[in-house]
Amino acid sequence: MAKQKKISKAARTYLTSFILVGGFWGAIEAVKLSGGLSSKAAGLLIPVCAYIMMAISLNLVVGFLGELSLGHAAFMSAGAFAGVFFYNTAGAGMPEGAAIVLAFLIGGLAAGIFGVIVGVPVLRLSGDYLAIVTLAFGEILKNVLNSLYIGADSAGLHFSLKDQFSLNMEPTGKVLMKGAMGITGIRKFSVFSVGILLIALTLLFVLNLMNSRAGRAITAIRDDDIAARSIGINLTKYKLMAFVSSAVIAGFAGVLYALNFASLVAKKFDYNLSINILVMVVLGGMGSIPGAIIAAVVLTVLPELLRGFSQYRMFIYSIVLIIMMLFNRAPAFVMWRQRMALKFRSGKAGSEKEDAGKKKG
Amino acid sequence: MALLEVKNLGISFGGLQAVQGLNMSIESGHLYGLIGPNGAGKTTAFNMLTGMYTPTEGIITFDGVNITGKGPEYISKAGIARTFQNIRLFNAMSVLDNVKVGMHNRVTYSMLDGVLRTKKYRNKEAEMNEKAQRLLDVFGIGDKADYAASQLPYGQQRKLEICRALASDPKLLLLDEPAAGMNPNETQELMETVRKVRDDFGIAILLIEHDMKFVMGICEEITVLEYGKTIAHGDPQTVSNDPEVIAAYLGGDDED
Amino acid sequence: MQFLSYLVRGISLGSVYALIALGYTMVYGIAKMLNFAHGDIIMVGGYVVFFTFCQGGMNPWLSMILAIVVCTLLGITIERIAYRPLRGAASLAVLITAIGVSYFLENGAMLLWSSEPKSFTSIVSLPALNLFGGSLQISAETIVTIVTSLVIMFVLIWFVNNTRPGHAMQAVSEDRGAAQLMGINVNAIISLTFAIGSGLAAIAGALLLSSYPTLVPTTGAMPGIKAFVAAVFGGIGSIPGAFVGGILLGIIENLSKAYISTQLSDAIVFLVLIVVLLVKPSGLLGKKATVKV
Repeated sequence: MAKQKKISKAARTYLTSFILVGGFWGAIEAVKLSGGLSSKAAGLLIPVCAYIMMAISLNLVVGFLGELSLGHAAFMSAGAFAGVFFYNTAGAGMPEGAAIVLAFLIGGLAAGIFGVIVGVPVLRLSGDYLAIVTLAFGEILKNVLNSLYIGADSAGLHFSLKDQFSLNMEPTGKVLMKGAMGITGIRKFSVFSVGILLIALTLLFVLNLMNSRAGRAITAIRDDDIAARSIGINLTKYKLMAFVSSAVIAGFAGVLYALNFASLVAKKFDYNLSINILVMVVLGGMGSIPGAIIAAVVLTVLPELLRGFSQYRMFIYSIVLIIMMLFNRAPAFVMWRQRMALKFRSGKAGSEKEDAGKKKG
Repeated sequence: MALLEVKNLGISFGGLQAVQGLNMSIESGHLYGLIGPNGAGKTTAFNMLTGMYTPTEGIITFDGVNITGKGPEYISKAGIARTFQNIRLFNAMSVLDNVKVGMHNRVTYSMLDGVLRTKKYRNKEAEMNEKAQRLLDVFGIGDKADYAASQLPYGQQRKLEICRALASDPKLLLLDEPAAGMNPNETQELMETVRKVRDDFGIAILLIEHDMKFVMGICEEITVLEYGKTIAHGDPQTVSNDPEVIAAYLGGDDED
Repeated sequence: MQFLSYLVRGISLGSVYALIALGYTMVYGIAKMLNFAHGDIIMVGGYVVFFTFCQGGMNPWLSMILAIVVCTLLGITIERIAYRPLRGAASLAVLITAIGVSYFLENGAMLLWSSEPKSFTSIVSLPALNLFGGSLQISAETIVTIVTSLVIMFVLIWFVNNTRPGHAMQAVSEDRGAAQLMGINVNAIISLTFAIGSGLAAIAGALLLSSYPTLVPTTGAMPGIKAFVAAVFGGIGSIPGAFVGGILLGIIENLSKAYISTQLSDAIVFLVLIVVLLVKPSGLLGKKATVKV
């Protein structure tokens, strides 16, 4: 009986997550068919999908690995720039489908590589230091992309961190990336179903991972790293696994997001965006995938729905962060909730004991 | 050759010699006790045996292999498992999962198998579930498999920690003050459990204890530490009559 | 000469970082938490001085004292409401709360005083110092900032080593549990630490804005983070370390601005942090921490 219950618990997470995403997809498609979808709402669809992916992937690090990453937007940025750069250059001559698929793969790969570059040094640290270093890496990437110029002429690619003229190109050369102006003239690709498909793949990957040997190792490290080591778990390997997987998903989200707009600038992926994603994870309940999905949708749609909300948005988010932490993590509150749960359950526990007795008999 | 051979083991932190000249020889299937007053260096010795600390002198040989200075991962794979003085469970994970984590290096499949849900994944998971459930049943907490580890009462948490250690199929189990915080009844029950583990699993057990009665009751061989040095060694009878041991225990704050 | 002038500006900026880092390092050393909101207290101090002195025409000393009082109270209140209940919780939870507090202050300021930049008038009304026949000019703000942070560092060192609360702070930093058993009121000591750190932040705010006179609600965010980098650089928990780290960081930032790239100067500062943490995580003057199993 106990076993059955356990399976149903994991299955419940799968079920809730997929029903949520399926429901979201169905609802939007239905509104689309009825012609009720405003162009403003339609413009939000892809960003919502990207944020859902971001929230799920950050949850992998914050919720399951138990480390705070403050540079999650940077992985999105790495994916977005790599994917879009390819799509705008080499991908321009390809059939659109192939170009899109390759753009995603390249974006994911780039974010993954950046994840390894950040992860290898960072994961030797933990706690506050890890958080501040992820923030540092995020700022570094933003600053570098913000001053990066890339051009192409018959001699090949030219790079500069200064300005357009330092590219030293032939007069016929084309500037592909213009520092703070970023990449412009992107052929937009925004198909809602592709967004949903990516979310579904993300869900399948993350849920399967967390319900496997590797996922248990990751959670074990979060709960007690010393005990995890004593059992023979390789801390670096599993921390890196969580971190890089999270980066790759963020990279995909970045490509999805960037292809939705005609231009791409590095400034969009700043510290504030990382915090926005963090708020989604915290509000949804750290370690809860369905929670992250709901929070991502609500926190993206709500500001658009409520007029005048936008100036209060970050203020309210900050209060949400503080209250959620105090309520969920403050020892006094936790104890109080446990007492309440016990009181509430004492009636139920009696019947459970009876069940166990029956089984034995 | 004995399962575990410890020769002249020592460690110092800064200038402080925490353990010095420790010699132990533990045969397969033996129940061995390491006792001594607070701060005698018992847990430090454990931390060296499990690779948490690197000894500054001496040699540890396990199952014929020199494991001195190897990391916890290597030592766990070699077949030494441990529990902790102040229980270290994976609190937010289920009781069953705690045991399954213990099998990390015993029942394996790759990350890809897990993500793609291959046949290997399904077989191995089934094997793990079955083995974990069996272990829990042995310790009488099988009906709690689904609970979060933190929801178990204290005594059962101790048992779960032993289950988790056993899940890695160790040849030697180190128990760090297993009776700490238990009442006489629970201690009595624990003694039975420890003996049972040794008999059923056929492994050697090295335990640290504060509670003299507990150690005298079940250990076949005992080493007594004080201030990092070995002051006595032998069977319970010999040790308990040793004048130095009596002095150390009467002089020290043995009951805390 | 050009180089010297960059260097002096770097030391001046570094002194501000040092002041903020002193507060950071004390809070980190004693409360064992990264107070992300520390930088935003600077901003609050800046607004107090702006409204009373720059706009209200109050005496600069009085205005400064008022800012210190407001920031001190703010620091104590934040600790009491947001951080103290989380004592004993995982550092992840405390850190997220601190980020929340930081956003609360920034966005609260935005709602109260709008995000429109305010132009700050310097609180220092002394003439600049001309050296080498006028070829090297050092502003009075620079001199005042450097002197202030030096004096404060020495006062703090004296305070920690020679007063009862100072000794209690050291004890709490070393082993909170043992300190409690010795009869030290840990909560009071942590409150005191926040009070001192926040008071210093007010001074840092006024001095920062005297040299860089644009005041917006996010004024304190970047200097706050950089001051933490400085504290880590010098060795977290070490008072002289925070000072040295602050000065060095200011110099590095200003020289990279001058000789490498304005755009990339922040990136270089953060690169310093990463390198320090990887090569010498305990910082220049810090102690090595060990974890007990």
